Amino acid sequence: MAACTQRTGALARLIQNVQFHHERMFSVFSLRLQAAGSGDKPPTFTPPSKPVILDKSKPEEAARRFVSPEFIPPRQRTAPLKFFLERKDMIQRRRVLNIPEFYVGSVLSVTTSDPHASNNTNRFVGICIQRSGKGLGATFILRNIIDGQGVEICYELYNPRMKHIEVLKLEKRLDDNLMYLRDALPEYSTFAFDVKPVHLSPTQEVPVNEMKVRMKPRPWSKRWERPKFNIKGIRFDLCLTPEQMEHAQKWAEPWRQYDMLKEYDTSTLEEKIYQEVQAELRK
Amino acid sequence: MAFSSMTLPKMLTTHYRSFSVSTVVTALQKLTRVRVVDNSSLGNSPYHRSPRVIHVYTKNGVGKVGDTVLLAIKGQKKKALIVGHKMPGSRMSPRFDSNNVVLIEENGNPTGTRIKAPIPTHLRKLEGDYSKLLAIAQRFV
Repeated sequence: MAACTQRTGALARLIQNVQFHHERMFSVFSLRLQAAGSGDKPPTFTPPSKPVILDKSKPEEAARRFVSPEFIPPRQRTAPLKFFLERKDMIQRRRVLNIPEFYVGSVLSVTTSDPHASNNTNRFVGICIQRSGKGLGATFILRNIIDGQGVEICYELYNPRMKHIEVLKLEKRLDDNLMYLRDALPEYSTFAFDVKPVHLSPTQEVPVNEMKVRMKPRPWSKRWERPKFNIKGIRFDLCLTPEQMEHAQKWAEPWRQYDMLKEYDTSTLEEKIYQEVQAELRK
Repeated sequence: MAFSSMTLPKMLTTHYRSFSVSTVVTALQKLTRVRVVDNSSLGNSPYHRSPRVIHVYTKNGVGKVGDTVLLAIKGQKKKALIVGHKMPGSRMSPRFDSNNVVLIEENGNPTGTRIKAPIPTHLRKLEGDYSKLLAIAQRFV
C-alpha cells in the first residue's frame, strides 16, 4: 500500500509539472486521481454490465410457427363456411383466454372455474395424452396419478369454464397419442402439482423427449404392439417375445399407405389458416 | 420361461393372469368388481373374493358417480356410494383408473373415517345427503 501511495504522489507531481493545454482533459485526469488516492477506503465497486453475446455468423432465428391443430378442418365435404365461422369464434375466445402452444406429451396446468370447488377454482396438473376434436369442440386429455389413483380429465379448449392454461414443460414425445400411459408403470404419469414452469425460448425448436416407457404386465387395455397404433414409446422388448412381436405383424395393412382417398396434405391449408389467424389476432 | 426370468425386472415376474377378468370401461352394473377407497376394516381386510356390486339403486341399473349400490363384500351385504368410475363421464369431469366406492351405512353415514383416493368435486352436489362422507374426503379433483 505504501509503495502504491508513493507512486501516485509521484504521478501527481509529474502531472502538476506538465502544463496541459486541454483544460477538460486535465480536469478529468485530476478527478480520477483523486478518486484513486483520496482517503484510505477503496472506491465502491460497480459491476460492469453483462455482455450480450450475439452470434453474427448465424442468421437471426424466427419464432416458431405454430397453428393449433383444431384450426385445421377435417377432410370432409362440409361447407368451408362453417369452419370459417367457427375459426372466427375461436379467435374471439383466444382474445380473452390465452391458449398457449402445446403438444401431446407436454405437462400442463389447467385452472377451471368450478362451482363445487373451494373459492370456485379448480387446478389440475398432468401430461397431455391426447388432443382431439376440431373447431370449437376441440378437447385435450390430461393425466396424472394422485395419491396412487390414476385420474384423467378431458378438457374442452373453448369451454367458458376454462380460466387459465399454463404449460409447465413444453415437449413432444415419440407418439402422437399417449393413451398407453394407462397401461404403463405409474411413475411415467406422476407429476407434482407445485413445479415451476420450464422456460423455452420462442425461437428454439420444441424438444422431443425420446423416453420409452415400461409397461405393466399384460393384459393391456389395447394391444399396443399391433401395427395399427404404430407405437414407438414402449419397451416392447421387456414384455413381449420376438415371436409375439412378429405375430402382431399379421394385422399390418401395408396397402393403406397407398390409399389415395386417405391422403390429406394440410401444408397449404395450414399456411393459409396461419396467416388468417395472425391477421385476426393483430386486429 | 427363460425369457421372463432373464429380461424382465423382478417386479414384473410375479404371477399374473394372462387374460383380463374385469369389464373394460363401463359404468357400474351388477357383478362389477369395485375398489373400496375408504379406511374401513371391512373394505380393507383381505378376502378371497373381491367386492362385487349385487344391486344398483337406479332405474336403468347402471351406476354412475353419486349413485348408491349394494355390495357383496366378505360374505355380507353392504351399501356403498360410487365415487368414481373408469367410464369417461361428461367433459371437464375426472375419469378414474378404477371403479371406486365408499362404504356407507343404511342412513348414509360413511363406515370408514377417511377416504384415501381423490373424489370428484361434482359429488358436492349431494352435500345434503352425504355431508358426513364429503367431510372425510382428503382430496377433490
